[in-house]
Amino acid sequence: MSEGFISQGFRGRRQQSDLTGRIPPGQYLERGFPVLSAGPTPHTPLETWGFSIGGTLLLVSGGSGIVPLMAMIRHRHKVGSTVPTLLLYSSRSYEEIIYRDELDRLTSGDSMLVVIYTLTGGQPPGWTGYHRRIDSELLREIAWPPEQQPLVFICGPTQFVETAAAGLTSLGYEPARIKTERFGPAGGA
Amino acid sequence: MENKLDGNAAAGILQEIFPFEMTLVQATCAGCGLTNAIGALAVYMHGMGTVIRCPACDSALIRVVHAKGRYWLDMRGVRVLQISADVTPL
Repeated sequence: MSEGFISQGFRGRRQQSDLTGRIPPGQYLERGFPVLSAGPTPHTPLETWGFSIGGTLLLVSGGSGIVPLMAMIRHRHKVGSTVPTLLLYSSRSYEEIIYRDELDRLTSGDSMLVVIYTLTGGQPPGWTGYHRRIDSELLREIAWPPEQQPLVFICGPTQFVETAAAGLTSLGYEPARIKTERFGPAGGA
Repeated sequence: MENKLDGNAAAGILQEIFPFEMTLVQATCAGCGLTNAIGALAVYMHGMGTVIRCPACDSALIRVVHAKGRYWLDMRGVRVLQISADVTPL
């Protein structure tokens, strides 16, 4: 998707109804199959999204969950933010890493932006990165310490998001600072 | 520009039709030839259905309508779909 917009789900300002009012901000409403039955979410222009968050930013994506997070990374670059940002990005294979070239370009000129890949389905010859699914062990190894009170955005298939969110919570991350966005059939991978 | 979402928003309806994880399927735009994961395409959802467009040239790749007990799938904007048979979870 072209840069410029993130879904309002991440902002936690979804219009409230009886049903959605009970859903934590940043969550798609799920009602049976499929998810996303809440329908289209309005968007917030990224121009109004500030990076004056202090602390650090942790982005966790599985597969095409990178797409909304990439919009944030592009915006962060565009406004010249120096907020320390760590992207943990799980893909099935090297070929399936979306925006790989662009991420390489952005990280090479920005010491405050770090991208860590894990390839769960197969690794190219000579791959020295991670090759297992994201779990609390992996998160403990690479994520910011919870004392830094990072702001966290997780996006990916339902199961992926739940595992990552549970892992971070078990490490002592404050649930209120974890925003999630998920897609696909409920409970599916 | 209203109701523009990323391609992941179409994951639910596509998953009702296809037995694959469709957000990672590579779709080649018949308009400009760009190949993108469906999750990285632009999606417009409204009462009439879901339209999936190319982020580069705005061509409509896929239109899906679920009405009257049928799925209507117009894929004339897709030149090629590359579907990975890898079912490893992320």
